[in-house]
Amino acid sequence: MNILVCISQVPDTTTRVAVGTDGSSINPAGVKFILNPYDEFAIEEGLRLREKSGGTVTTVTVGPDTSKEVLRTALAMGSDTAVFVKDESRSDSFVVASSIADLAKEITPDVILFGRQSIDFDSFALPSMVGELLGWPNISMVSSLTIEGTQVSAERDIEGGKESVSATLPCVISAQKGLNDPRYPKLPDIMKAKSKPIADRVATVVEPRVVTLSMTLPVSKRLNNIMTDSDADIDQLVRLLHEEAKVI
Amino acid sequence: MFTLQLSETHEMIRDTARQFARDEVAPSSIERDKNGEFPTEIIKKLGELGFLGMMVSPEWGGSGLDALSYVLAMEEISAVDASVGVILSVNNSLICWSLETFGTDAQKEKWLRPLAVGQIHGAFCLSEPEAGSDATSQHTLAEKVDGGWSLNGTKNWITNGTTASTYLVMAQTNRELRHRGISCFIIERNTPGFEPGLKEDKLGIRSSDTCSIGLTNVFVPDDQVLGDVGQGFKIAMESLNGGRIGIAAQALGIAKGSFDAALLYSTQRKAFGKPISDLQAIQLKLAEMATRLEAARVLVYRAANLKDQHRNYIMAAAQAKLLASQAAVQNALEAIQVHGGYGYVREYLVERYLRDAKITEIYEGTSEIQHIVIAREILKAVS
Repeated sequence: MNILVCISQVPDTTTRVAVGTDGSSINPAGVKFILNPYDEFAIEEGLRLREKSGGTVTTVTVGPDTSKEVLRTALAMGSDTAVFVKDESRSDSFVVASSIADLAKEITPDVILFGRQSIDFDSFALPSMVGELLGWPNISMVSSLTIEGTQVSAERDIEGGKESVSATLPCVISAQKGLNDPRYPKLPDIMKAKSKPIADRVATVVEPRVVTLSMTLPVSKRLNNIMTDSDADIDQLVRLLHEEAKVI
Repeated sequence: MFTLQLSETHEMIRDTARQFARDEVAPSSIERDKNGEFPTEIIKKLGELGFLGMMVSPEWGGSGLDALSYVLAMEEISAVDASVGVILSVNNSLICWSLETFGTDAQKEKWLRPLAVGQIHGAFCLSEPEAGSDATSQHTLAEKVDGGWSLNGTKNWITNGTTASTYLVMAQTNRELRHRGISCFIIERNTPGFEPGLKEDKLGIRSSDTCSIGLTNVFVPDDQVLGDVGQGFKIAMESLNGGRIGIAAQALGIAKGSFDAALLYSTQRKAFGKPISDLQAIQLKLAEMATRLEAARVLVYRAANLKDQHRNYIMAAAQAKLLASQAAVQNALEAIQVHGGYGYVREYLVERYLRDAKITEIYEGTSEIQHIVIAREILKAVS
């Protein structure tokens, strides 16, 4: 089974981001970038599918030069090859999806895996766009996956429960947390990743469908929730501490 | 001139160690410290990932990394739990290094390979009840017998002592030759007469097991002498030169963990209507802690870098350990002060950092011994 895993680089969750001088992008100076956490589940699932059924795992990322680093992480985790699609334009999801779909047409994977979302822009758009561009089924938010022959069975997380679905290969899957327990790269594999090939590829040129006008940082506001010592307020406080603050 | 740029590979190793420490080591650290419980599962996982034989050649199952990679990993792991740090340090710097440097191919196949891939871990037995800094005065005796040696004596303060499978034991093979009559023996745990004692109840690094070991007529075959007969003291001293880099990195980790905890707490804790990090009294502490940490880091990375370039790193390693262990103790003390009362209770971690930090000024050469090593190297250069 040939597997394509699509990953992206995102600012570390502990990094404090600033808006760039153009007012519509993140200023990358001083920002630590990491592999998008949901993509770790996608890589791990790709490796497990390969371990079960054979084949190869190819990892791709679309972005500026600095985003190449995440491909090394994927290679160290066990991906066989990697493709780097250079795109400095910080385009919308459609442009990125077009590049990935064109790559998929060339290397004809049986399955394409994504993380459910990238934690920076949260558009949730790529998996379904790529599925649409290729005319393939797309199963999102997958928390359990079995592939037998060309038959795909998956469980999806839906509000308040689970949904079981099936489809046939080729298809697009987006990984939900809990799909698996991603492995740490082994130290010897980190060394070996240095010599694994990363193929450079030119981005597909299409017009973006969505243009970012501006970015602003959220203004922190006080909630002014003042509790009294009434029984009702105490119950409410306990509920808020448990459900909202998640400290008890 | 010392300049250092971490490569992408170094950064990936550091990030992997950091993530592992945060997700796998941190959650159980308080309980393990409280109960003096060995981190069995954590060490097993670290072994599978290649952290127990980091610098061993891939030919013998190791990760084939440089000393800088090793200190980066030691720093990150020890910033979360110095007990796990010392277990790694002993296995990497003292056991694997000695076996790889002085072992025969047969010895490497039998003992180094399982140690390097982390199937088992090792312990290094030099100290005795009456031989600490004065390591030349070994009382453990090895008498020549048919086909091997018979060892009698007691070893003290043995890290990994109750859990290791393979031990490197120094013993006197010829008293008249003094330290040139010390030899190094490879001894397996289940050898008759080889008896690890009860675990010491320690101030800090309580999740690492330390014990004394009794040797009563322990028979060791000739092919389990490491290096030549009489080479044991040289093996011990040379491995401890490298070991200092590991312990310096452990101390660096404690200094970093203390600083990180103090910084975080100071921005969250409010007093006089604002975060205490707005108070100059706290800012002075943070500035000093950060500077001390960075100074230690430069010396530790520099020592590792010299070792990687196969240059003389004896003085650099001793300086790194001296300064980093001071930084660990000082930063841990100040971190408690920043936390106030909260720093004095277990839940807030920093009290453990102080207890853990103190040992770095004592083992693998006390700070006093580091001064002697440094002075000797300085004077060698002018005489």
